[in-house]
Amino acid sequence: MNLMTLVLFLPLAGFLAALFVPRSSPAGSRAWALILSLATFVCSLALIGYFDRGLGGEQFAVDTTWIRSPEIHFFVSLNGVSLWLVLLTTFLTPICVLISWRNIQNRVKEFYAFLLLLEFSLIGVFLAQDLFLFFVFWEVSLVPMYFLIGIWGHERRIYAAVKFFLYTMAGSALMLVAIIYLYLKAGTFSYPKILDLLASGQLGFRPEEQMLLFLAFFVAFAIKVPLFPLHTWLPDAHVEAPTAGSVMLASVMLKMGTYGILHFCLPLFPAAARACSGWIAVLAIIGIIYGALVAMVQPNMKKLVAYSSVSHLGFVVLGIFSFTQQGLDGAAYQMLSHGISTGALFALVGLLYERRHSLEIADYGGVATAAPWLSTAFLFATLASIGLPMLNNFVGEYLVLQGTALANFTWTAWAAIGVILSACYMLWMYQRVFYGEAGHEVRAHIRDMNLREWAAVVPLAVMMVWMGVYSQSFLPPIGKTTAAVLSQTQINVPFRVELHRPVEVSRAR
Amino acid sequence: MLLWLIPLFPLAGFAINGIFGRRFPKALVNAVAVGSVLLSFLWVLKTLAAGAPLNGPITERYFTWIQSGTLSIGVDMTVDRLTAVMLLIVTGIGSLIHIYSIGYMAHEGGYYRFFAYMNLFMFFMLTLVLAANYLLLFVGWEGVGLCSYLLIGFYFDKKFATDAGNKAFIVNRIGDFGFSLAAFLIFRQFGSLDFSVVSGQAAGAPTAMLTAIGLLLLLGACGKSAQIPLYVWLPDAMAGPTPVSALIHAATMVTAGVYMTARSWPIYVHAPQAMETIAIIGTATAFFAATIGLAQNDIKKVFAYSTVSQLGYMFVGVGVGAFSAGIYHLMTHAFFKALLFLGSGAVIHSLSGEQDMRHMGGLRGKIPWTFWTMMCAAVAIAGVPPFAGFWSKDAILLAAHAHAPWMYWAGTVTAGLTAFYVFRAMFLTFFGSYRGNHHPHESPAVMLAPLAVLAALSLAGGWLFKVPEFLSAVFPAQEVPEDAGLMAISTAAGLIGIAVAYLMYVAKPALADSFADGFKGLYWLVYNKYFVDEIYDAAVVAPVVDGSRAVLWKGVDAGLIDGSVNGIGARCRNLGSVLRLWQSGNIRSYATWVLVGAVVMIVAIGMAGGAR
Repeated sequence: MNLMTLVLFLPLAGFLAALFVPRSSPAGSRAWALILSLATFVCSLALIGYFDRGLGGEQFAVDTTWIRSPEIHFFVSLNGVSLWLVLLTTFLTPICVLISWRNIQNRVKEFYAFLLLLEFSLIGVFLAQDLFLFFVFWEVSLVPMYFLIGIWGHERRIYAAVKFFLYTMAGSALMLVAIIYLYLKAGTFSYPKILDLLASGQLGFRPEEQMLLFLAFFVAFAIKVPLFPLHTWLPDAHVEAPTAGSVMLASVMLKMGTYGILHFCLPLFPAAARACSGWIAVLAIIGIIYGALVAMVQPNMKKLVAYSSVSHLGFVVLGIFSFTQQGLDGAAYQMLSHGISTGALFALVGLLYERRHSLEIADYGGVATAAPWLSTAFLFATLASIGLPMLNNFVGEYLVLQGTALANFTWTAWAAIGVILSACYMLWMYQRVFYGEAGHEVRAHIRDMNLREWAAVVPLAVMMVWMGVYSQSFLPPIGKTTAAVLSQTQINVPFRVELHRPVEVSRAR
Repeated sequence: MLLWLIPLFPLAGFAINGIFGRRFPKALVNAVAVGSVLLSFLWVLKTLAAGAPLNGPITERYFTWIQSGTLSIGVDMTVDRLTAVMLLIVTGIGSLIHIYSIGYMAHEGGYYRFFAYMNLFMFFMLTLVLAANYLLLFVGWEGVGLCSYLLIGFYFDKKFATDAGNKAFIVNRIGDFGFSLAAFLIFRQFGSLDFSVVSGQAAGAPTAMLTAIGLLLLLGACGKSAQIPLYVWLPDAMAGPTPVSALIHAATMVTAGVYMTARSWPIYVHAPQAMETIAIIGTATAFFAATIGLAQNDIKKVFAYSTVSQLGYMFVGVGVGAFSAGIYHLMTHAFFKALLFLGSGAVIHSLSGEQDMRHMGGLRGKIPWTFWTMMCAAVAIAGVPPFAGFWSKDAILLAAHAHAPWMYWAGTVTAGLTAFYVFRAMFLTFFGSYRGNHHPHESPAVMLAPLAVLAALSLAGGWLFKVPEFLSAVFPAQEVPEDAGLMAISTAAGLIGIAVAYLMYVAKPALADSFADGFKGLYWLVYNKYFVDEIYDAAVVAPVVDGSRAVLWKGVDAGLIDGSVNGIGARCRNLGSVLRLWQSGNIRSYATWVLVGAVVMIVAIGMAGGAR
């Protein structure tokens, strides 16, 4: 038991305790969720202090046997990327509690219980080093999200929840097969051990074998990302989910996919990953442009932001498959940035929904007159989302594109079109929602933010500026870990398909 | 040297007014907004008075912004003579326009918001000119674009204003696309984005690479500085308050492209094809925009197209290698064009918002201060010697002639057109008899004082500040022979333009209409700005939006992908509903199936000859 496992298990304990809060006291459930999620966040902050920034490998490792046969371990640890993803999760959970305060009025107790269970499983996904344990967390995370959408969602919630569940299950079934195959071959579920076996040559894959295993993992992750054309579950899930569900889904859950690619796919199957990089990069670029174009014509705010996520996550995948230091760093940074800015967008859309009870852009207009501070906050998130320099998304997007430019300049040129389009769809939405003259409905229902809402939004805004101006607070540990991943993709067996050589950037500044 | 203080003052002003301004009395908002820019101006003077930056670049490194692998980008600022010129223009003109705005905006809503945005603009503009590397320059570059967007859409309940804001931002994004690709290539080639590294190593880089970088940077410059094919946002940008037009869309931000191009001279001098492209685009834009300016009736639109045209001159300057002449014109243009805009703002102010020149006229006697100061700007832009515009335009045209004579002749014709449309605007506004129904009144002193200062600069700024000599050490030397004949021709072109305008709009007013009637088709084309906006809409905007909606969203996303996903789901369900029949819960049917199964198995095994 160490600090990291405390951060992992606090939400679980909170979930269990939340079940005992009397149903008659929704205020008690809210308070409990807030206290517990804040406590978890504070503990996770301490993780930053104890994390050794000089190391690229895993830290805080805890490894105990969980199930004897087959030998499955409770094996968790933390690296420079998962550190920030865990913090993103613990940071956003209290914000989700706050923005759901008034929003959720029925089954309050269950709602917050599921939220805490979701937090637990998400943290678990980022920490797990035992492949089976990873799979367990991966699957467990589906359950609370399924219920969050299915119970507290909007009209078509059941359709969306089932679609979300089945889509992801289809991918994870493939992944489970691959995990069991790996176990049968390596005799262990321990991920570091498997990597050691690979590095020492005691374990090897035939090219076709490696390709199939890679694809089995990759498809599971790609559905989660979601990578074009596996993305159609996302808009439905977002539109139907309650605000907190959307925030957690976009900000954290999608990163399970990209983190999985970075953490598992690349080191385990480097040759296959490199062999597929061209195809995957093309899909990522299609996702960037396609997601942006489809976002542009959405009449529904949540759908618009959902499609923008398809576009933004395309950058992450592109960065990873550039196989450059800048690309990987940018991808990891973009995971965090997208979590903050898209989380903020969903939270703010949720605030609008609470007031006007509509997600249709056409039902708004003139909100800037009725609620200037809410509009300012939304503008902030909009600008962050379109990658304005000195706000968070710029750093990630810049690094991704710079890294890609070193690998393949044509990819960069295509992907950069997404940056133009992001301005189109976001500003166009902003204009239609916030500018213009306020209609009767807007004037009657839209008021500015109250103290609780401020408390939810301001931390997000602060993070946007911080991550945009002083990326050095976050990048060094990321860089160590991505450098380690990159070096793992350079060793290992040759592959019959000709490999893409990484471009050398020898001249230092 | 504490260079960071220069942009920090306005940033602080922005923060204070932005957060607390709503509760502040106007006087306090003014004090914060104007005071911060003045402090910044004073700090520039103090920095330059120390003298050191004038002898060579002084660079200060503050902190690492982005670091990844061998890539390291710092928040670093640098001052040399080029920066010094820009700093003085930005903070000097900026201070004057801030002061003017106190009077102009006095009766407008959102007073604090206006000044907060203006201060934020100053911060980004100063960051842009102080940046020591391409990425920090890009920070300012995007930041000024943001402020431009916010200020164009300042009257955000008006749809045309927010449309114009969006258009400005998005068209600039197309330029930024080029700029960012250039930055990626620069890092790929030089392993750094620092100006000092680039200028040190550019000579050894392959020409093809430098040409690619140069052309991509040019795309960025075309966006920011409103050149063909990306100039379309600037005329619409006039939807913002007039001080914004003066500061952002005339004197400072739109010249950022020229500054950036001049800053990148080490790349361009080794990429002659890229430079040639700049010069051609500049020449074409100067002429093309001037022709549109001939037929506009909105006083601000005339000056907007004039700005596009004058920026074209600056591009010609840097394109033919006369970088210092380009910067020279940047400075003089900042004087006279800011004055023209502020003056037209005073006219509009005095007519309670009227912008159509057909409803003006005869204002000379009613608002004499505005008239006389604007006249100073008019003679300056028309190239009348010895006023400001004459010097810088002359420097550019002489260099253009040395490079390619046709550019000189195109520039000279443009000079004639320029003089014509500016004086047409002056005559329509101030001469003849008043055609409107407002009660014109002179503006307050707080607006007239900046006009007077700018008038003095428009008259004397050209020979007072000899920019080419000042910058001779910064840019590569260029020999341009003095040619009194060429100077006389281009000056004459300007005077002819003035004379024709006088003839058509003062001496014989009927002439203008008969001229428009005589060349109906041409007039119609020019009056409608060659329908470029309409063409862009039909060729780019509509296909993209409609295609995204009909093909990508409804077709591919909802139809193809989701259709097949739901199709698989439906197939599974159909299959399940068939299989479900087996699971009827009926013991007898189960027993039947068991029996059938057993028989089938026995037969199968028997046929395989297994069970013996």
